Amino acid sequence: MTALQEFRTGDTPLPDIVILTHKLTRDYTMGAETVRALRGVSLQIRRNEYVAVMGPSGSGKSTFMNLIGCLDTPSAGEYWLNGQKVSDLSDDELARIRNKEIGFVFQTFNLLPRANALHNVELPLIYAGLSTKERRSRAERALARVGLADRMTHKPNELSGGQRQRVAIARALVNNPSILLADEPTGNLDSTTSNEIMDVFADLHRQGQTVVMVTHEADIAAHAARVVTLHDGLIATDKARAA
Amino acid sequence: MPFYEAVRLALQTIRAQKLKSAFSLIGVFIGVMFLIAAVSIVNGMNRYMTDKFAGTLIGVNTFHLRRQPNVNFDVPDSTWRAWHRRPRITFDDAAAVTAGVTIPVMISWFSEDRGEVEYNGKVAKDIDLQGAGDQYFAIKNLSIAEGRPFSAQEAKAGLPVAVLGWDLAQKLFQGQDPVGKMVRIHDLPYRVIGVVAAQGNLFGISLDKFLVAPATSPIQRDVNPPRVVDAVMVKANSEAEMNAAMDQAEGIMRARHHLRPAQDDNFALETSAGVLDFWGKINRIMLAVGPGIVLVSLVVGGIVIMNIMLMAVAERTREIGLRKSLGAKRRDILRQFLAESAAIALLGAALGIAAGVGLSLLLDAVTPLPAAVAPWSVGLGVLLGVGVGIIFGVYPAARASRLDPITALRQE
Repeated sequence: MTALQEFRTGDTPLPDIVILTHKLTRDYTMGAETVRALRGVSLQIRRNEYVAVMGPSGSGKSTFMNLIGCLDTPSAGEYWLNGQKVSDLSDDELARIRNKEIGFVFQTFNLLPRANALHNVELPLIYAGLSTKERRSRAERALARVGLADRMTHKPNELSGGQRQRVAIARALVNNPSILLADEPTGNLDSTTSNEIMDVFADLHRQGQTVVMVTHEADIAAHAARVVTLHDGLIATDKARAA
Repeated sequence: MPFYEAVRLALQTIRAQKLKSAFSLIGVFIGVMFLIAAVSIVNGMNRYMTDKFAGTLIGVNTFHLRRQPNVNFDVPDSTWRAWHRRPRITFDDAAAVTAGVTIPVMISWFSEDRGEVEYNGKVAKDIDLQGAGDQYFAIKNLSIAEGRPFSAQEAKAGLPVAVLGWDLAQKLFQGQDPVGKMVRIHDLPYRVIGVVAAQGNLFGISLDKFLVAPATSPIQRDVNPPRVVDAVMVKANSEAEMNAAMDQAEGIMRARHHLRPAQDDNFALETSAGVLDFWGKINRIMLAVGPGIVLVSLVVGGIVIMNIMLMAVAERTREIGLRKSLGAKRRDILRQFLAESAAIALLGAALGIAAGVGLSLLLDAVTPLPAAVAPWSVGLGVLLGVGVGIIFGVYPAARASRLDPITALRQE
């Protein structure tokens, strides 16, 4: 792996850099006190990397994930996603970025209970403004990619935990996002199912998908090619695993 | 998100939560139902009053000369007492008017009171006993079903002959031919010479329970003090001629009552326009009260919807967070919840319209109240429904759209 070029304010990231954060800071005001959740995180992630972000609770990894996922805006610093500076975009522009560039996978799956698998996967496409026909065919393809071609009309409560998480992964993939952003994706699953989901992630990574996964479990993080550890709002370690 | 997606989503949610939706639309349902039913009744009454009531009571191009108006509403006691101090209309007044009006008109004296009619031991109670002239039948447009009306000679001579209303004839004779039979009023015999065809009812009161005999026949003692009539009925060929005849009658009566120019009439000239004027007063009261009730139920309905929508937003906070994380913009969320509240309200309005129309038809069928659905009230119902849904949906929807996705997603 070639060394990453050092980024300075005013630069633009290299074309193969999907995620670039530069001195990313996030402060929360809680009454009179200011909590510094992130204290200047600079990180670059190339296209088709598989990165795990680790750290104990309070290390700032959730805050970091919210910023990477464009759910939150930084107090200071820059965030470039896929060549676009997103750290100073408005709410609605961030919504568009989330829709086009980011695929979320949550610990609790977050599927709509009343909708079947197909409709759950179609959801991001509705906000992208696609036609009913186009939505359907893309949702079907995404479900087939995670091995659920025969479960499309099932509702979440008719599916196992692993299957539910696969539906959520299909939903995350359906817009062909720049990054797949997973937040403790195996936190609600047993170890067998966890491994299954990790296999899905490995497959997607092999197919060229950039994956960023936040976890506190070392054995899950071990599936990633690169592990970044946060501590007290700063990067403590950033290690590539021998392939 | 396109508009139809929001509507589809709203209908899905409503279908998934049938009971809750049913409760939330009840206020709008009642409001719109009341609106439709009330407007139908007012509308039907309006039509009824113009078509039937005024026509039956007084008739087209007709005026009544009376001591006081026959149709009145909310008259203060002092006015009543003033009316009762007025002189009655006498036979001589009636004769003077009959002789004095030069416009070509039909004229009939008229008096009435309630009384009993007896035939062969059977007694019909609460019958409208009427004393009238021979032109009474033509003025009132009464068609004769059997026999004949009494003639001018019979009227002038005051012969004890009687023409019966349809219901009275049925009650006393039960299918026999009444013509030629003798009925008794206060033990005095009257020969039945005809029966008037059925006229139906007015507000549930039968128009066919009457007996009419010449005004100067012995019936005069049953209906009024000696040589007094209730009214002189005058029917002209046109409205202009009626007004001219009314002026003449007024002049004759003022002269007979020795009224100075500055004094008001101490008698009444009543036309169907006057009756409709009276109806207009009732109508205005209904139109003043009606919208109040509709408004109150719609506001209550709107508050219920707002409450339910606020609950829905609280319940579905996670869903809202999820939708936002998947790329829903503020206006997408706003539109979703607005569509939902509007759909609930519209559904309530639609059901309210159906129930209101049904209620109107039912009222029309089983009660004497006439009801006719006004098309504009249906349009207004739809408009009010959607309006309530949107107005009271704005606040919950705005709250939903402003939710922070991170906190929303973290919500249990």
